[in-house]
Amino acid sequence: MDKAYDQKVKKASPDSPLLKNCCMAFLSGGGICLLGEVLFTLFSYYGLDEKTAAACVSVFLIVVTAALTGIGVFDKLAKHAGAGTLVPITGFANAMTAPAVEYVTEGRITGTAAKMFTIVGPVIVYGCAAASLYGAIWYFFCRG
Amino acid sequence: MKNKSNRIFRYRNYPQILAGAAAVGKTEGEGPLASSFDVLNPDDGVGCKSWEAAEAAFVTQAAEKAIEKSGVAPSGIDLSFSGDLLNQCTASTFGLRAFSIPHAGLFGACSTFALALGMAAMAVDGGYAAHVLAVSSSHFCSAEKQFRFPLEYGGQRAQTTQRTVTGAGACVIGQKKKQSGVFIAAGLVGKITDRGVKDAANMGAAMAPAAKETIAAFLDESETVPADYDMILTGDLGSVGSDLLKELLREEDGLDISAVHRDCGNLIFDPYTQDVHAGGSGCGCSAAVVSSRILRALQRKELKRVLFVGTGALMSPVSTLQGEAIPCIAHAVLLCSGTEEGEVLCGSKRS
Repeated sequence: MDKAYDQKVKKASPDSPLLKNCCMAFLSGGGICLLGEVLFTLFSYYGLDEKTAAACVSVFLIVVTAALTGIGVFDKLAKHAGAGTLVPITGFANAMTAPAVEYVTEGRITGTAAKMFTIVGPVIVYGCAAASLYGAIWYFFCRG
Repeated sequence: MKNKSNRIFRYRNYPQILAGAAAVGKTEGEGPLASSFDVLNPDDGVGCKSWEAAEAAFVTQAAEKAIEKSGVAPSGIDLSFSGDLLNQCTASTFGLRAFSIPHAGLFGACSTFALALGMAAMAVDGGYAAHVLAVSSSHFCSAEKQFRFPLEYGGQRAQTTQRTVTGAGACVIGQKKKQSGVFIAAGLVGKITDRGVKDAANMGAAMAPAAKETIAAFLDESETVPADYDMILTGDLGSVGSDLLKELLREEDGLDISAVHRDCGNLIFDPYTQDVHAGGSGCGCSAAVVSSRILRALQRKELKRVLFVGTGALMSPVSTLQGEAIPCIAHAVLLCSGTEEGEVLCGSKRS
């Protein structure tokens, strides 16, 4: 690595607007959470128990994200929202739907189904691994 | 120009660019060069079933238009050089498969069009072909799919990223027919240059040292200075890479090209209204700009000598994932608005 050139590159490359991105993420991510709370209250009001209502909120957000991704709106929102849409379950839903839509030209099996996990695959793998580890620790040391 | 030059190819018979054409997508058609392009497609998909097929369609459009404008019958084209960014360069081969023209595929990443012009000039200059087609293309959607994320994936881009140009450019190069016209006077094949930049979101920075190497070599070996050119036109360094190129040439070679330097990636989009971050990129970027606006300016003698330096980043999605640095390359061709313009630089002393 050419250190002197690396310095030049750093100097010449504009940074991402960190403050603006943080504010937008706070507002949009907070907005999604607020929407989740409203939905949860609504579902509870109509008689769903706590667990079912929570699951319904997730399902609702996933379906809406998938639909917005499919009609090509989600990426335009996410461009501004950044981490605000990426971190909640909306990010996961988008990351699965986007390749599913994109790779449909390579076939339903070898395209859509196979490529659906190219982005979220690592989340599932390491998510499961972390959960197993946590479960094992809990089972052997914290039970009881 | 020195009698003995190691690297510059002097095309003694002055191969001529008979015609050029560019076909572009929607965003490019809304940019500052819209009026220069031959085919403006309102839909980047151009009715095709995939983005890859759409890119091939742009190649077909540009090639058809260039051949038509050149006045040469399609059967009179002896050879074609083409390349693009897709795996195995399928856009240009699929786009040209119906033409039945002897074909040689090239890969120079985004420098491909300069390489294709240089190779075409070489074939014509050497008397191996009377008419040669040079074409290259890129497509925002197919490039995103191959190199980055699916199109609908919601993410934010770094400020140093560039937007891959959706479009293709083609030129027909033939033997000199008359004294006036646009000629390719010389060419220089670049060296693979790597200063260790690994950030695939900052291609301009990765490619700037390659452009610097080629420009410095061309000026040195031709014993010329930047002021001898009306324009030193780089392919797709964008705003970040252009600044770095000028800085490197100034500091390492004592050359100031700022008065004559332009970059196709900076010309094709409006940085203030088009949300393209550091500018345009892709094989189609320089191909479309050179085949349309630059060629026309040379034909009208608004520009007389243009040193066109195509810049390419020679990485693959695999090499990026494996943490490799990005080797880059820049190829140059000297375009002149008349043989006398070339003579000034490569004339009397030519061996």
